[in-house]
Amino acid sequence: MGTITVSELGKAYKQYPNRWSRLIEWLKSGRVKRHQLKWVLQDISFTVKAGEAVGIIGINGAGKSTLLKLITGTTRPTTGSVHMTGRVAALLELGMGFHPDFTGRQNAFMSAQLMGISSDEIMRQMPEIEAFAEIGEYIDQPVRVYSSGMQMRLAFSVATAMRPEILIVDEALSVGDAYFQHKSFDRIRQFQKAGTTLLIVSHDKAAIQSICDQAILLKAGRLVMQGKPEAVMDYYNAISAAHQQQEIGQFILANGSIQTVSGNRQASIESALLTDTSDQKIEILEVGSTVRLVVEAWALSDLPELVLGFMIKDRLGQPVFGTNSHHCRQPLAQIKKGKRIRYVFEFNANIGPGHYTIALALHTKDTHLENNYEWRDQALLFEVVNNQQDEFVGTAWLKPSLKIYL
Amino acid sequence: MTSMLRSLWAYRGFILGSVKREFQSKYRNSLLGMGWSVINPLAMIVVYTVIFSQVMKAKLPGVDTTFAYSIYLCSGVLTWGLFSEMMTRSQNLFLDNANLLKKINFPRIILPIVVVLSSVLNFSIVSTLFIFFLLLTGNFPGWVIVASIPIIALQIVFTMGLGMVVGVLNVFFRDVGQFSGIFLQFWFWLTPVVYPVSILPHAIKPYLSLNPMVVIIESYQTIFVNQEWPDWSSLWPTFFLALALCLLGMHLFRNHVGEMVDEL
Repeated sequence: MGTITVSELGKAYKQYPNRWSRLIEWLKSGRVKRHQLKWVLQDISFTVKAGEAVGIIGINGAGKSTLLKLITGTTRPTTGSVHMTGRVAALLELGMGFHPDFTGRQNAFMSAQLMGISSDEIMRQMPEIEAFAEIGEYIDQPVRVYSSGMQMRLAFSVATAMRPEILIVDEALSVGDAYFQHKSFDRIRQFQKAGTTLLIVSHDKAAIQSICDQAILLKAGRLVMQGKPEAVMDYYNAISAAHQQQEIGQFILANGSIQTVSGNRQASIESALLTDTSDQKIEILEVGSTVRLVVEAWALSDLPELVLGFMIKDRLGQPVFGTNSHHCRQPLAQIKKGKRIRYVFEFNANIGPGHYTIALALHTKDTHLENNYEWRDQALLFEVVNNQQDEFVGTAWLKPSLKIYL
Repeated sequence: MTSMLRSLWAYRGFILGSVKREFQSKYRNSLLGMGWSVINPLAMIVVYTVIFSQVMKAKLPGVDTTFAYSIYLCSGVLTWGLFSEMMTRSQNLFLDNANLLKKINFPRIILPIVVVLSSVLNFSIVSTLFIFFLLLTGNFPGWVIVASIPIIALQIVFTMGLGMVVGVLNVFFRDVGQFSGIFLQFWFWLTPVVYPVSILPHAIKPYLSLNPMVVIIESYQTIFVNQEWPDWSSLWPTFFLALALCLLGMHLFRNHVGEMVDEL
């Protein structure tokens, strides 16, 4: 139970040169062909084993939603077939078919019936649906007075009231407030643990990488890559960046990730490195150790002001710590063209084990928004390891002490 | 076919729920609520009876009672009402439910069933009122009324078949819906509902048998006005036409239900 087999799946829409052509084709009952096929998906084959989680990625228009519609059966394939075992629940368009004049409870009932769940079963699930949606007394109010977030909550609660063998999730999930997003994601994870097969379309890298065992990349209706999520994501980034090269410089670093450089080039970052207190270059550092960030900047024209900022980001690109020379009360003014400046930031690496990147920026004032000389993402990469401190989790190291009173 | 019946059974909750919901939604935000579903047809019957029998004193040729023309009118207009309600709803059936069809996978055959059931529900309210009226005025036809049941069944099967054909075609050729609206108006006046057949010129009469609705409406009129059993043998052509339309409708539906979603 819970397997998906997609074999040589293809979908084409018929395109007629004009309105009469279809009539002619119908009247001659298939003996003449007046339409052209517009293929939106071709030669898609893959299998998903029971309990596996697969992410589908691709740019807008690559055919992701069409693929999901074919898999759920709302649209029929032109070629090939989809075979699934077990009960399927799809979170494609949440709240579809809600009638604005009826109460949340009545609508929940209807949409559960539409999923083929029996009335008795819905009755049994109703308290649980109400509790999960957390919309309080609104459950007995007509849906037209709901906010869109409340509709979403109710729809999600109904759709996932019973654990399906296969759960198909479209981006729809990213609506709703942070609290409910978190809650719904937790439910999906629980289902996954209990053995539900997942098929997810998302643009959220972190989500795909944290949940999925496999990823599938679609491009222009074809399956171009299938494999480990990290590898597929990197490849996706590379192809989706390809057409931006003119405006922003991008370089693929040794580890396969991509560095983005932008700015008006009135100043540039010549070199950047991390060193220990004896000025030895390091890439791996101990939790809590003192490190120096050494950056050399070069003024390519006369500058009224110059500020260097740095930002440490974690593996998911979330900022861990950032500051600049303006905030450190040392902005430089009136720099002559050709001047080279060496900045040395020193700090204690009170951050948790893991991989981090440092982004650097040369600008004026306190942010790069006004006058961005150069912005360099992933200028440095480093890893933090924990060999000396007691074990802990998270990106911040708070150096705890513990006293216990009995 | 059996798989279709099985899926209908599995979705029976949804079908009944939809019919109920549709019925309720009409009067959802009104104070009288369901009361309107009685008041509306009641007003219609009052108009046909009081106005025609008392105010205009309209008489049916050959029948002498006060309410004869009113009963003649009601038995035709009310049943035609069922026919035209089913037709107008069937022709836009798939277009109106485009969102549902595109996003959710469910047995599509449910949609026409819901239309039939909710139209029949509305009709049953009107016909109950009509029967009350007949009882009150002492015009109840007695046992012959049983004959109206198979005739209504025949009418429903005929309308279902035609509605399905029009509904499917309308997805691909929107002209069908426009045309069918106009056609229904002509059809109404080309059928002896308001006027008796006897006033038609002799030259036209043979062509009436080409209209499958004529025998159905005539049967109702025979039952309620003349209080006689209808001429069963006259119904055969309509019966076979109804079967043929149902088969054609199912054929069109099966072959194009997949393509339909792409068109919506």
